[in-house]
Amino acid sequence: MRAGGEDFEFEPVDLVRAYVITKGRELPDDQELSLITLVTAAPTEGRRPTRLTPEEERLLDICSAGYLSVAEVAGHTRLPLGVVRIVLASLTESGHLMTRPPVPRARNADKDLLEEVLNGLTRKFG
Amino acid sequence: MGSPASSADRRDLTTDDYVPGGATQTAVKILVVGHFAVGKTTFIGSISEIEPLSTEETMTRVSESVDDLKGVRGKTTTTVALDFGRLTLSERVVLYLFGTPGQTRFVQMWEDMARGALGALILVDPERLADSFPVIDLIEQYGLDYAIAVNHFDGNPERAERALREALDLLDETPVVTCDARNEQSSAAALTTLVRYLLDRAS
Repeated sequence: MRAGGEDFEFEPVDLVRAYVITKGRELPDDQELSLITLVTAAPTEGRRPTRLTPEEERLLDICSAGYLSVAEVAGHTRLPLGVVRIVLASLTESGHLMTRPPVPRARNADKDLLEEVLNGLTRKFG
Repeated sequence: MGSPASSADRRDLTTDDYVPGGATQTAVKILVVGHFAVGKTTFIGSISEIEPLSTEETMTRVSESVDDLKGVRGKTTTTVALDFGRLTLSERVVLYLFGTPGQTRFVQMWEDMARGALGALILVDPERLADSFPVIDLIEQYGLDYAIAVNHFDGNPERAERALREALDLLDETPVVTCDARNEQSSAAALTTLVRYLLDRAS
């Protein structure tokens, strides 16, 4: 972005911020990081490398004490979902984050899952 | 109902915020949909084990070149709030409930939401049936199986159900239940009805 000449205009703050956080990366296009993909920090030996951006650090911190869905990470950090997905994708790529994507839908898998859901609801609420 | 009241201060997460037994869990989701103010957030809040969260999805047309800030500048953005809650049902399954407004124009968000969803519970207000038409259309368009939960209900349930089935042009097999979204048991019963129906359809 060149700040000079008469073309110069201020960008809306939110857009610039999101752009900077994501380093201009595009949204991951697969289902690796769907709303309900569960994520957690990968086990580390010793100290974390210091090359992470502040947002990467922040998201990794939140993911370090257990599993959360991508949606929950966004909810807790109040960052837009799109931004969260990009930062998490970057963390996954660099090996800092482990993901558990939902199982792909298939008739049989669905039936087992639905039975499990039904039993769970019945157990919980009688 | 809009988004849950958001406390501006960020709190540290506690153990309860994390998915119990996350390492072995499979996450599934069910959509809780309906028109504005029908009680989606209330419904989710009444049975979620976590305080319902809200996340925003900014609707923008993706720029052809992300490097071209000039291109990004001209885009109009709309922010849509997604409210959601969580229910850990066993060591193997954790259920997420996503509440979403029925505006048809947020196609991108709907695709995200609908992909992989087990089904949808459509909340309707019997006084505002027409407001539910676009929502039902959308759910059908995405091929999701659904049940109808009638919120804010007070009156003769049987006559109301007949009228409602006719007005909403429902299939005979589509379950219709009444529920009080503020009540945990009542919300759980509506959800259970939906899941039973989904299981029937999958068998």
